[in-house]
Amino acid sequence: MATSWTPDQPIVECVDVRKSFGALEVLKGISFSVRKGEVICIIGPSGSGKSTLIRCINALQPITSGSIQIEGIEVTDPRLDKLALRRKVGMVFQQYNLFPHKTALQNVMMAPIHVLRQDRAEVEARARALLAKVRLAGKEDSYPGELSGGQQQRVAIARSLAMRPDIMLFDEVTAALDPETVKEVLVTIRELAEDGMTCILVTHEMNFARDVADHVYFTDRGVIVEHGPPETLFTAAKDERTQRFLSQVL
Amino acid sequence: MSNAESGHRLAVLLPYRLAPTRFSVRIGPLSAAILCFCAIMAASTAWAQSGPTMLSPLQVILKWSPLLLRGFAFNILISLLAMLLGTIAGLGLGLALLSEFRPLAAVSWLITQFFRNAPWLVLLFFVMFLVPFQIIIFKTTIPLPDWIKATVGFALPVMANVAEVVRGAVRSIPSTQWEAAESLSFTRRQTMWLIMLPQCIKRMLPPWMNVYALVAMSTVLASIVGVSEMLTLTAQVHAAEGGRPELFAPLYGFALLCFFLYCYPINLWTARLERRFRVR
Repeated sequence: MATSWTPDQPIVECVDVRKSFGALEVLKGISFSVRKGEVICIIGPSGSGKSTLIRCINALQPITSGSIQIEGIEVTDPRLDKLALRRKVGMVFQQYNLFPHKTALQNVMMAPIHVLRQDRAEVEARARALLAKVRLAGKEDSYPGELSGGQQQRVAIARSLAMRPDIMLFDEVTAALDPETVKEVLVTIRELAEDGMTCILVTHEMNFARDVADHVYFTDRGVIVEHGPPETLFTAAKDERTQRFLSQVL
Repeated sequence: MSNAESGHRLAVLLPYRLAPTRFSVRIGPLSAAILCFCAIMAASTAWAQSGPTMLSPLQVILKWSPLLLRGFAFNILISLLAMLLGTIAGLGLGLALLSEFRPLAAVSWLITQFFRNAPWLVLLFFVMFLVPFQIIIFKTTIPLPDWIKATVGFALPVMANVAEVVRGAVRSIPSTQWEAAESLSFTRRQTMWLIMLPQCIKRMLPPWMNVYALVAMSTVLASIVGVSEMLTLTAQVHAAEGGRPELFAPLYGFALLCFFLYCYPINLWTARLERRFRVR
């Protein structure tokens, strides 16, 4: 796959992305781009297609029409090497989806060892460092079932980071958490963002979005209604739908 | 973390409980033991009235027990080998059922359904009469004794049942596990062997053991096709003792007791595993 992508070009570029489930069109022409190191948040009411969009970006779901390019790689290309694409794109899910039969450390180590075929000792050192980074030093040998939701989610973040992705996708990663553990996960994501990781977040945490995002997109019924820097969008939304949504959640 | 949340979260991790197998044997151990005892005693009473010159049923059993127990060991050997063969083949068939390659999945489905819904005895007959008594490969003659053929005959339904167990267990793992593996670039094969099957072992164990208890009990079918297993030997012992009617119940009662003492603990253990995996 020939790519002429250079870091000054958008790392993610979506053009008129449409996605239908049968007769139901959930994405009705979404276009946006993300630059390297940028943090963007996608907000909007439930069922507005946010999660679908983020799942299309790493080809977990195929799109109906339009184009998505990751570092110049066309995701809709039928000859796409999905595995190669997903090595560039890490994903964290709402329900953590850790592998329950493996310890926290093994969860983090599995993909680099089996997918990237990297040296076990080197991977282990990196995995331990990553767990320490998400403040889980000492929990290496715990099984997911023994960890709280917030801890599991941080293991999931470390697991994705172990693949050294260029972009991280977060799909409502705090939605299933207890309020008291939400913060620890958000702190982790913020640190990632500050380290310069390109992040795309679907979130309901408005204060967090306001705080950490470079750009916020408000979606409703499959379209981007409005977007802009957080301070503009949150304080001076132009569209009536955005205003109504923000007044309900803020 | 609240209990409600932990309960909810753990539900995802919990082993899926496969529907209780309809074949599981649930006889109280006491009642069964009493039954066998009564059979032996009733016959002993009959013997008491028939004169002192002959051996009592209990003595007959004692006298022949080394031979009968050797026969029983043969039943166990056949069942273990059939289970081993059937499990290996069943795992392959189960994975084929889950294949994304449609024709393969369809053919495997047909094979599974065929062997799951065929009477075991009919399958046994087929293998006995279709497989030659010896095969010649490069001038080397490999004899195929009846008991080997019988083992293969039992392995066929085991294969189909194990395939269903594997398919059901893998299907019961939440699809989010597939997605997580996919997003980490695992191939389908890696996902199956590193992530799905290890998680399935626990939930496959109880139904797998149920299949085994069934096989163990079914091995007596081999007597019909002439394998010298316990039931065949019991009939021969009965004949050797003159075919006395009062020996019938004690001798076959002894066989019943042996099978019961072997299979009941397996079923008990299966039930315990099922309970443990359900609660946790």
